Parts: sequence; structure tokens; C-alpha cells
Amino acid sequence: MNDMNWLGIYPEIVLLAMACVIALVDLFVTDAGRRLTYGLTLGTLLAVAGLHLAYFEGGFTLYAMQRMVVTDPMSHLLAFFATLAVGLTLVYARSYSTQRELWKGELFTLSLFSLLGISIMVAGNNFLVIYLGLELMSLSLYALVALRRDHAQSTEAAMKYFVLGALASGFLLYGLSMMYGATGSLDLPTVFDVIGKGVANRQVLAFGTVFVVAGLAFKLGAAPFHMWVPDVYQGAPTVVTLLIAGAPKLAAFGMAMRLLVDGMLGLAVDWQQMLIVLAVASLAVGNLGAIAQTNLKRMLAYSTIGQIGFVLLGLASGVVYGNTLSAGSSYSAAMFYMVTYVITTLGTFGMILLMARKGFEAEEISDLTGLNQRSPLLAGVMAVFMLSLTGLPPLVGFYAKFAVLRALVSTNVEGYLWLAVYAVLMSLVGAFYYLRVVKVMYFDDAGDRGTIQTGTAGGLVLSLNGAAVLLLGLLPGGLMAMCVQAIVKALAT
Amino acid sequence: MAYLSLAIWIPIAFGLVLLAIGSDRHAPVVRWIALIGAVLGLLVTLPLLTGFHNDTAAMQFTELLPWIDAFNVRYHLGVDGISLWFVPLTAFITVIVIIAGWEVITERVNQYMGAFLVLSGLMVGVFSALDGLLFYVFFEATLIPMYIIIGLWGGPRRVYAAFKFFLYTLLGSLLMLVALIYLYYKSGGSFDILTWHELPLKGTEQTLLFFAFLAAFSVKVPMWPVHTWLPDAHVEAPTGGSIVLAAIMLKLGAYGFLRFSLPILPDASQRWAPLMVGLSLVAVLYIGLVALVQQDMKKLVAYSSVAHMGFVTLGFFVFNPLGIAGGLVQMISHGFVSGAMFLCIGMLYDRMHSREISAYGGVVNTMPRFAAFAMLFAMANCGLPATAGFVGEWMVILGAVQKNFWIGALAATTLVFGAAYTLWMVKRVFFGAVANDHVKQLEDINRREFFALALLAAAVLAMGIYPKPFTDTMDVSVNHLLKQALDSKLD
Repeated sequence: MNDMNWLGIYPEIVLLAMACVIALVDLFVTDAGRRLTYGLTLGTLLAVAGLHLAYFEGGFTLYAMQRMVVTDPMSHLLAFFATLAVGLTLVYARSYSTQRELWKGELFTLSLFSLLGISIMVAGNNFLVIYLGLELMSLSLYALVALRRDHAQSTEAAMKYFVLGALASGFLLYGLSMMYGATGSLDLPTVFDVIGKGVANRQVLAFGTVFVVAGLAFKLGAAPFHMWVPDVYQGAPTVVTLLIAGAPKLAAFGMAMRLLVDGMLGLAVDWQQMLIVLAVASLAVGNLGAIAQTNLKRMLAYSTIGQIGFVLLGLASGVVYGNTLSAGSSYSAAMFYMVTYVITTLGTFGMILLMARKGFEAEEISDLTGLNQRSPLLAGVMAVFMLSLTGLPPLVGFYAKFAVLRALVSTNVEGYLWLAVYAVLMSLVGAFYYLRVVKVMYFDDAGDRGTIQTGTAGGLVLSLNGAAVLLLGLLPGGLMAMCVQAIVKALAT
Repeated sequence: MAYLSLAIWIPIAFGLVLLAIGSDRHAPVVRWIALIGAVLGLLVTLPLLTGFHNDTAAMQFTELLPWIDAFNVRYHLGVDGISLWFVPLTAFITVIVIIAGWEVITERVNQYMGAFLVLSGLMVGVFSALDGLLFYVFFEATLIPMYIIIGLWGGPRRVYAAFKFFLYTLLGSLLMLVALIYLYYKSGGSFDILTWHELPLKGTEQTLLFFAFLAAFSVKVPMWPVHTWLPDAHVEAPTGGSIVLAAIMLKLGAYGFLRFSLPILPDASQRWAPLMVGLSLVAVLYIGLVALVQQDMKKLVAYSSVAHMGFVTLGFFVFNPLGIAGGLVQMISHGFVSGAMFLCIGMLYDRMHSREISAYGGVVNTMPRFAAFAMLFAMANCGLPATAGFVGEWMVILGAVQKNFWIGALAATTLVFGAAYTLWMVKRVFFGAVANDHVKQLEDINRREFFALALLAAAVLAMGIYPKPFTDTMDVSVNHLLKQALDSKLD
């Protein structure tokens, strides 16, 4: 037990312990007294977030659990934002969940367990640890999607998510086993070394890489592994949609970084090409698919696919002809994009949650009609999110796109330059459906729809969310620097 | 003193405050706060004029602050002879627009005023940005308020017009973004525009970059054949929106040519100058003819704007001092004149709710004071000497003739076409017998409208009679720019 080094994983220990405590406490709490569970959960999340932030500021890398877990600034930053995402989701979800009898102990405990899985995933230094984290997160989310037992759409979405997710996990596991077979180890550093030495069987490695990338692509929601995204996003109760759309994306990014960059960087020639294909397909499918949608959740699902395309472009431009000089800026661009995307997504789904009423889901685009007349604040905040997703300055989405484009152009490879032009053209297509939401809110008459009052807590947090997107757009340097620091430290090991 | 920053952020601050806490219940307060904000924004631009040194081409009133260190983007502002006059022009037009929308806008007044104030600050930012990404941020950000303005307070087809405006302009701008990033990479990680002016670039690189910038700026100007968004946007926008679109936003594109295409890509600019001159002449001639057959007053003036901006781009690409300075003067004068014409049409529309020429006739009989102003602005649009419209056109024609007699001759036909469509419209709308009962009941302009028109009339006449302050500030910078544009980078 000499190499366990518990110091690095204190946040996870706190999280696990409190998750169990909350599960127990909730047994003795009635519906009315659920405020206790809610408070405990938020307190836990706050503490865990604070711990992660403190570790990130500390800037050191620790190997825990006999070097199976690596807690470096990147894992702490990703876990911090994941914790924030889960916390914000619960705040937004309160009135929505209460109206639909989802405000149960399971919501809290499963969210905490999925967060635990996320934290483990992004800190994994060993194939099995990453897989464990992935499964913990996924299984919790599968159960959460099905939380609304009496709603056929949710059950259908849960089935789809579970079956397809299990298939994808199987792909991933198969690929990882191939990697193990070729390199003889489950530890990422050892795999990295063996690949670097060039002694492993290239064909087995390539085979394994394909399956690993396929599994990753599913979790990210990249085309052509995107089929589950629109259906699950639309079918799941909006609370769970937000849980799926936020933190797990950060986890998938972290997993990609660990597996592809920490472990298989030597095979970058192979997986970068795969990521490019995934990116091109995602940009096309996501942006073109969203145009026809009338359901806001489904439209946001397709837009997610498109945004993931950009992140993949960032990941695909790190290694240029075997040269890893630009890796830092490329991967930090992808990370910055992911983080800002999650912050913006929290707001968009939060809007839907806050606008929902008993028996009224507020998930159609037409439900936003004339929102500017009914609630200028909500309309303004939603407009900020939509325009940020379009990539329009002075909102943070622009800097995210700019960072990825810069990474592409800096490779100085002509193919990447045309990729940048393609990405830009696809985001123009994307501009249409984001603007359509703005149009519906501002230019259409509200008719006889009433004014909207949101609960004070939810409305306040939503405004802060919108303000964050705007302020990060005016001063993106701080967050960008955090991402750069995280990636540089991660690459240094 | 950081006058440029003040000119950018004071209107934006006032605009954001109005957006946040204004409401229709307190509409009078909102209007007055907006006016104070606009006037303050104008006042801080006056020291720029008084403190400007005519004898140097270097950037003045510069401000440099670090902004995004990760990308080496800096908050770098400054004006030279080329960009100087656009800052007070923007602030001035904003004041006019606030006054013009005083009684006309009754719904969501705070959002209307807020949008224009924010837009004003952003446009000043475009003209004064010396950092490539900062320029881009301001350039793109202007799309958001304008989109809302067209779509919220516009005419029947406003949604179509707003989308067309936004997506068309965005397409060009996104290609420009890739070009900016490429220049950043080529210059070793710098977004400084002045550094880019010295950056050596190969021929093919210059051509690709030239077309990327052309995509953005030609849509903005707009040049034929990517001008089709302008008639829709102008017609459907509310009066204030049309004024700002015509007076300032078109100039953003033309300014981009001078700040980016000519100095950074001299070889490509010279190589493709025949294309630019050709497109400009098509705009002048063909669009002039198109304007002649319009039935909608606003559409007519919109096409006239395209023709006048064709003059501007023509002046830029004949590569002599008279041409470039003439283009700049034309930009400023067009700001006043087209702003004034849209204001006049707006006043007629407020009363009659029609922009059709056939709905009017003999307006001079019931609105003599208004007709007097309208005649003045119409004459300026034709290019009558002693009005602002003449100076720019005269200089551009002279510059064009220096390059090639036939280019000058073709350009000079604008004097005929411009007179044709403008005077014919004036004749049908203002003169002759009173056409119908609606015209008979028209009320002449009140004090507020008189004030706005008088401000513009004063500007038009002052610039026409004494254009020296304008040309004096431009001379040295224009010569410097010409040197950069004629200096090949290929050796």
C-alpha cells in the first residue's frame, strides 16, 4: 500500500463518501424535506469543485493508486468544470424536476456517481481505470435517462442510449484489449514507450486504434456514431439531457486526451486522420441536420454534433509530420472549445428547464415565440447563448472557434488550411438555425402567450451564466491561459 | 487622453444600461438618456479633430493595452488621416438617428436606442482598431445590433431581409477570418496591422488573401454582384437602421480595402485592379440604370448608394492620390447625403405609410420647408457643386482620367445617371399638382425634424463649400498609403 498516494484523489474520496451519505440520508427524507438532500449535494459539489480548483492552482502532478491514476492540472480543470456543470444542472432543474416527480434521491446520487466516474475517467493512467470511470458514468446516466418511468419517450431514449452505449463501450474495450495485446501493458506510460520503440505489431496497433477511436467517437457524439444523440437528447427528461450534454462531454474529451495523446501519441499519424474524417462528417451532419428541426432539444443535439466537429479538428491538428511543437496550442484550443461549449450548453438547456411548466415542456422552438416581449431578460440571455454558439464576437464562442482555426492554420499544411475554410463555411450554415431561434424570440409576435416569471434562484443563475459567456467573450485570456497550462502540464509527463 | 476608447465605450455603456434597465413605461427618460449618451459620444470625438496633426502619416491618439496574451492580440487603437473623419461621422449620425427615432419608435424604445448606441461604439471601434483580431471582433459584432434592428422594427419582409443581410455578410467575413489567421501565422504570431503592412508575401499568397478580403469587403461595400442584400435590408429596415446602414456600415467595407487590401497586398491589388475597376464601373453604370426604374423611394436611394460606393472603390483602385482621397471624401459625403435622404424618406413614410413614388405628388405644396431640405439633399446626391456630393465625385473623376481617359469618361456618366434618377424621383414626388387627398393633408415638419434635417444640411453645405479640412487631414496619409500600395513586395 506504499504507492497509493491518497493526496491526489481527495476530491474523489470526498465525492464518493458524500454520495453514499446522501444516498442513505435520502432514505429517511420525505418529498417535502428533500431540501436537505439538495443542500447536501450542492455543498458536496461546492467542496469538490473548490478542492479541484485548489489542486489546479497548485499546478503539480501526482500519481495515485500505484500509478494507475494521474491527477495533473488537466484532470483537475476538467473535473472542476464537470462539477460546476452538474451543480448548475441541479440548480436549474429544481422546479422542472419537482413538477415531474423527478426530484428524488436517485437524481442526486446518480448524478454524483456519474460525476465520480467522470473524475476517474479524466484522471486515468491505465486503460482499465479509464474504462471503469467510463462505465460508472455511463451506467449512472443510463439509469437517469429512464428516471421518468411513466413517459414512453424517456424509456425509449433510455433503451437506445443503453444499447448503443453498451455497444460503444464494447468497441472501446475491444480496442483497448488489442492495444494491450500489442504492447503488453495496460499502463498508459508503458504503452506510450512501447509504441515509441516501434517493437509492437503495427497491424494490431492500427486495429486497436480504430476501435478505440470508434468508442470515443460514440461518447463524444461525433458522426457517423451520432445516431443516439438527437433521440436521447430529445427523449430524456430535460434535466438529464443537460446532465448528458454537459459534464460527460468534458469527460469524453479527457478520455480522448488520455488515451490518444498520453498513450498513443506515437500513432498520431493514424488517429489524426480518423479524427479528421469524423470532424468533417460531424460538421456536415450536425449543421445540415439542425436546419430542419422544430424541436429545440433536437436542434441543440444536432448543433452539439457540429460543435464536436470543431473540437475534433483541434485534436487532429496537434502532430504535424511527426512534429509535436504545436500540440500544446492545438489541444488547449480543443479544450477551451469544450469548456466554453459546456458553459454555453448549460445555459441553453437551463433556459428550457426554467421555461417549462407543469404539463408544458417548452422544448419546441415555437415555444420561444415573442420571448422578447414576454421576458426581455430571458430572450437576451438566450440570444447571447445562440450567438456564442454561432461563433460571433464579442462572445466567447468566437474565441473558441478562432483558437481551433488558428491551430489548423498554424500547422502550415495545405490540407489543414482547406479544412479551416470548410469548418468556417459549415459554421456559416450553423449560423442560420441559431439565428432562427433569435428571430423567433425577437421578431415574432408573442400573440396571446403570457409573460414568463422564473424562480429567483434559477433566473439569477441563468443571468450569471449569460453574463459569464459575455464576459469570457470580452476577456477570454484567463480561461485560455488555464487551458494552456493544463495541457502543457499534461503533455510534459 | 484616451479619446478613442471613450468614443467607443461611452455609447456602448449607455446602450447597455438602457438595454438592462430601460422600459417602455419610462420611454421619455429612455430617449433623453439615449440622446445624452449620443451627444457625449460626439463630444469626445471633437478633440480628435482639433488635436490631429496633418503633417504626419503615423497613427495618432494611439492606445495600446494587452488583451489576449495567449494569441498575442492587443487592444491597439489609433487613427490616421484615412480613418480620422469616420469617428466623428459615426457619432454624428448616431445623434441624428436618436433624434429621428424620437416619436416614431413607440415599442421597446429602450432596446431600439440601446441597439443604436452599442452599434455606434462598435463602428467607431472598427475604424480605430489597429489590431487585426480587434478589427474583426468589432466588424462582426456590428452584425448583431443591425440584425435585431432590421428584424424588430422593420417592414413586412424584415425577417427575410435581416437573415439575408446577416448570412451574406457573415460568409464574407468568415473567409476574412481565415485570411487574418493566415497573416497572423505568417508574421510569426502578430496581429498588428501595421506590422502586416511590411510583411513580405508571395504572389499566390497575396492573391488568395486578396480574394478572402475581397469576399468580406465587397459584400459590405457592397460591390456588384454581391450587392443584392442591400436593397432588401434598406427597404425593410426602420428609418434609423437605413440611415446607419447607408451612412456608416457601407464605409466599413471600403475602409477595409484601404487598411488591409492595398497596403498588405500591393501586388495582388495592382494585378486585380482592372477587375475592381470593372466591377466599380458596372456598379456605377448598371446600378444607375436599375435605380432609374425603381418605384419604391427607399429602393431607389439604396441602389443609388451602391452606385456611389462604386465610385468609391473606383477611386481606390486607380492608384493615384486624387482617386484615393476622392474616394475617402466621397465616403464621408455619402454618409451625410444618403443619411439625409433616408431621413427624408422616413419622414414621408411616417406620415403616409407608403414609399411608393406613385402615392405622392406635389408634396411641395403642403410641406414646403421639408421640400426645401429634400431638394438640397437631392442636389447633393446628384453631385451639384457647393454640396458635399460634388467634391468626392470630382476628385475621383479627375483621378480616373489620370489613369485612363475612358475610365474617367464612363465614371463621369454617374453625373448624368445620378441626376436622372434623383431628379426624376424628386419631380414625381415633390413637384406638380397635389396628387391625392393624403398628400393634401400632409403636415410640414415639426421642430425636432427640422433640427435633424438642419444639422445634416449644414454638414452637406459646409463640406461642399469648404472641403479643405477634410482633404488636408487626408493628404499625407493617402500619399503614404499610395507608396505602400505601389511598392511591390515580391522582390
